Amino acid sequence: MSAGVGYTPYHPRWYRRRVSVWWWMESRSYTGFVLREISSVAVAFFAVVLIALLRALARGPEAYARFAAALASPLMLAASLVAFLFVLFHAVTWFHLAPTAMVVRVRGKRVPDAVILSSNYLAWIVLTAAVAFILLRG
Amino acid sequence: MRQTVGVSVARYRPEQEAEPVFQDYEVPFRKDWVVLDALNYIKDRLDGSLSFRWSCRMGVCGSCGMMVNGQPKLTCAAFLSDQGEGPIRVEPLRFFPVIRDLVVDITDFMRKLKKVKPWIVRETEKPVAEGEYLQTPDQLDAYKQFSMCINCLLCYSACPIYGLEPTFVGPAAIALAQRYNMDSRDQGARERLEILSHKDGMWECTFVGECTKACPKHVDPAGAIQQYKLASAAHWFKTLLPLGSR
Amino acid sequence: MARPLTPFLWTLFSAGGTVAALLYPVHLFLTGLAFPAGWLPAPGYSALHGLVMHSLVRLYLFVLVSLPLFHWAHRFRYTLYDGLQLKHLTALIAVLCYGTAFIGSATAGYTLWTMR
Repeated sequence: MSAGVGYTPYHPRWYRRRVSVWWWMESRSYTGFVLREISSVAVAFFAVVLIALLRALARGPEAYARFAAALASPLMLAASLVAFLFVLFHAVTWFHLAPTAMVVRVRGKRVPDAVILSSNYLAWIVLTAAVAFILLRG
Repeated sequence: MRQTVGVSVARYRPEQEAEPVFQDYEVPFRKDWVVLDALNYIKDRLDGSLSFRWSCRMGVCGSCGMMVNGQPKLTCAAFLSDQGEGPIRVEPLRFFPVIRDLVVDITDFMRKLKKVKPWIVRETEKPVAEGEYLQTPDQLDAYKQFSMCINCLLCYSACPIYGLEPTFVGPAAIALAQRYNMDSRDQGARERLEILSHKDGMWECTFVGECTKACPKHVDPAGAIQQYKLASAAHWFKTLLPLGSR
Repeated sequence: MARPLTPFLWTLFSAGGTVAALLYPVHLFLTGLAFPAGWLPAPGYSALHGLVMHSLVRLYLFVLVSLPLFHWAHRFRYTLYDGLQLKHLTALIAVLCYGTAFIGSATAGYTLWTMR
């Protein structure tokens, strides 16, 4: 059916603009999308911190103390702050995207997006409180 | 109040240029005019050589999609007064090959649309004597939003994935497939899943969400695609079960 | 193998994203900021160790580490593929991303399983 470009019949006089590698800077929406995707790196960063924490915990009190001290270095605190902001960004965008993907029907009627959204935030608050309570009571 | 507004239109005449150039026109600024009115004014009074598509001029045919100030819009629905200070930049729909001026080739989409079988697929036909396929209002509600698509292709111009990977089936085609999957009269969900599970199908989508923002008929193609992903994932897990459905 | 596996990988991505969204903010805030900076009293070694000894806590921690790692792997893979247009390296990128997530999860799993 076509020669040359595979997705559409090739015609030598049709004009095709190349998509720049900087396409994601062309609009605020696109940039926001890429930042949202980059937030996954912050998620991976903390997962690695957790792994390191678990390994330090397994090796004993001295190793754990060294690890805790490393976390308190200015570089790590700065990295954690940046990661925390990105993780918050991930959480908020995730909650707002969830109602689109998760359509719940009760007795034939679609549950409104606002209900799904507030359930997400409620779960977030409850879990945050539970984790904080467990880790802070010592 | 200003009397005229500048319109900067992308011209592409393959017989005389290798790349699109902008040509500036001055059109009357009327409160009730849309960009399509401005283009028709240009064609009628200023430059008869300008080529562009349009038809119903009321937002139901999907013919007049173009980039207006960098955003995919139906020119029959984009008021001159909403486009800010001139000049208003009008370009052909992004990510499609340009045939001439503001006219793009949409064969790619037409081919993809046919591929997803956007019609009622039945394994067993009901004889006419048995009457119609009945559908409750709730059953209609399940897919109605996705049926509002007018194939205007604004979503394709908004989707960066389609721009980067032109083999991607795209928002409208997947949303229309889902419209039929959700239709209680349809029995073709498995066939469509087979087709859209391929690399260029729904899994190419990364939920940028721009398609839904661009859609003039509030179809929410992004929602359709994510729901389809969820349904496909559920189906995938069911096929793992020894006696699960196929 | 890409076609049969994609729905499964997407499910891991979704589950991981949900775990990260609901639980990472509080854990990161406490472990990465509040405790090291001294804003809040950190649990001592014996308290933390005692907590991790519960098998349910170990399961929780395994899920807390592994699912978000697979979330990152899936998302980052598509970001490299689309954002940097590295289509020709698609197989390599997939192996690196999911491989890293697998190694991270295995490390966490092993550490939790063998912790005394």
